[in-house]
Amino acid sequence: MTIQVSEADQDTVLEFFSGMSLVVRNRFAINDVLGGLRLWRLAWSLGWLDIRLRYRGSMLGPFWLTISTGVMVGSLGVLYSALFHMSLRDYLPFLALSQVLWGFLATLVGEACGAFTESEPVIRSIRMPFFLFAMRILVRNVLVLAHNICVIVVVFLALRMWPGAAALLALPALPLWVADALALSLLLGGICARFRDIMPIVNSVMQIAFFLSPVIWKPEQLGAHAVWLPFNPFYDMLEIVRSPLLGQAPSLLVWGAALGYSAILCGLAWMFFLRARGRIAFWI
Amino acid sequence: MMSRDASIDAQDVSVLFPLYHGNSRSLKKLLVAAASGRLAEDQQHRVVVRALSDINFNLKSGERMGLVGSNGAGKTTLLRVLAGIYEPVTGRVRLHGTLNALLDPSLGMNPELTGRENIMLRGLYGGLSRPLLARLEEDVIEFSELSDFIDLPMRIYSAGMAIRLGFALATAIRPRILLMDEWFLAGDAGFLEKARQRMEEMVRAADILVLSTHNDAIVREWCTRVMWLDKGRIRADGPAAEVMDQYVGTPAE
Repeated sequence: MTIQVSEADQDTVLEFFSGMSLVVRNRFAINDVLGGLRLWRLAWSLGWLDIRLRYRGSMLGPFWLTISTGVMVGSLGVLYSALFHMSLRDYLPFLALSQVLWGFLATLVGEACGAFTESEPVIRSIRMPFFLFAMRILVRNVLVLAHNICVIVVVFLALRMWPGAAALLALPALPLWVADALALSLLLGGICARFRDIMPIVNSVMQIAFFLSPVIWKPEQLGAHAVWLPFNPFYDMLEIVRSPLLGQAPSLLVWGAALGYSAILCGLAWMFFLRARGRIAFWI
Repeated sequence: MMSRDASIDAQDVSVLFPLYHGNSRSLKKLLVAAASGRLAEDQQHRVVVRALSDINFNLKSGERMGLVGSNGAGKTTLLRVLAGIYEPVTGRVRLHGTLNALLDPSLGMNPELTGRENIMLRGLYGGLSRPLLARLEEDVIEFSELSDFIDLPMRIYSAGMAIRLGFALATAIRPRILLMDEWFLAGDAGFLEKARQRMEEMVRAADILVLSTHNDAIVREWCTRVMWLDKGRIRADGPAAEVMDQYVGTPAE
C-alpha cells in the first residue's frame, strides 16, 4: 500500500521560462506566497521543531529565555530607574515591554538573514515556496516571544498595573508586525544569500539602532528633540504596540509613520523578491 | 474527470552558474566596481559555468529516459531544472503531472528527530493532507520494520535502519513524473529483494521516468530512451540500446 497522489492534483503544471515579464514574475511571486500559506502546517512544524531542538535535553527549555529576559529586565530596571531618576513603577513596565519587543525584532532581523541559507539542503533538493522559509522564521520567533511575554505579565501583576481598554489599540499593530517580519525575511534572506557580507552589516546596524531607539530610555527624556523620533522606524513600530499597553493611545503621526515605513519595507521586499525568486537556488 | 497525460517539454534550456566564490561574492567588490564604472564590464566578465546548453527534448506518457554522461556533464543539474529547483536562464520547461524528485536521500530529515517525526515532516514537505499523512506513516513504518525504534531519535539508528527509513519514505509517494538521481541505485547489489520490488513498482507506476545513472544494466532494463550529456550538451538522444552501445564504446576523456 502506497500513497497515490489524488486525482485533483494530477493536473499540476509547472512551467518556467526565461525573460519573464514583470506581470509573469508577479504571478510567480504571488503563487509562491500562496503556496507557502497552503503549507502553513509545515511552517508551523518546522518552527516548532527548531525551538524544541534548540532546547533539547534542557529541563526548562525555552523558559530559560523567559528567565534571562526577566533577570535582565529586573536588573536593568533597578539600575536605569536610578540613573534616570525615575520611579521603578514608571520605568519597569516600559522597560519590560521594550526589552521583549526589541528582543523579538532584533532576533528576527538576525535570523531573517539566514532564512534561505539555513535551508540550503531542502531548497536544492525539492521545489518549495520560498515564502515557507519566511513563515518558519516568523513562527520560531513568535514562539520565543510567547515565552517572553510572561515577563511582561509578571511585571504588570507585580506592580498591580492594568493598561485598561487602551490596550486593545495594540491589536491593529499585530498584522503590521507580521507583514513586516515576513517582508524582512524575504528581503534580508535573499540579499544575504547573494552577498555574504550583508549579515555583519545588519548586525551592527541593529546594535546601533538599539541605542538610538527608545528601548531602554524613554522618548520623553529627549525633551524637545523628541519631535525627530518618528523618523526612526524602530520607534514607530515599537510605539504602536507599547504605548497602548502602557495605557496611552499612540499618536496618529506615529501610526502614519509606522504604516508608511511598513509600506516601504513591504514594497522593497516585493520588488526584490520578484527579481530574486528564481535566482535564490543559485545563490545559496 | 480525465486528467491530461503527463508530459515534459524542454526547449532551448540553458543554465549558467555564476561563480560567487571567495571575494567575488562580496559587496565591496561590487561597490568598488560600481564606483569605478566597471559594473557593466564586471558583470560581463563574471566567471560563469555553463552547466547546461541548449537542451531540447520532450517526453510523453510512458517514456522512461536515462541520463548518462561523465561526472559534471549536467545530469543532476538537468534533474534539478525539471524539478523546478533551478529555473533556466534561457529556454522554457513545461511539466504536466505530479512530480516526485528523488535527489537527496535524506531530504528534510533531521537526525535529532524521531523516525515518526521525520515521516511527518517529509509528508508535510510533500503537501499531504492529514489522512494521507496517517497512511504514509503506517506504510513507512511497516516497510522499514523499525517497530519501536520509530519513536527514538534517528541519530541512534544503525546505518541500515536509517537507509531503510529513507528508502521507505522516498518510495512511499507515487508520482506521475519520477525524477531519480543515481544515489538511489547505489549499492543495489546487496539490496533486499523487497526493496527492489518496491522501487520497481514505483518506477512502473510512474508515467514518466527520468533517471540519472552510471549503471549500464539498469538503464538497459528500465529505460526506453537514453540521453547522453557531455559538458552540458546533448551528445546523443535515442533508443536506450543504441545510445548505450555508443556511450559504453566511447573511452572516457
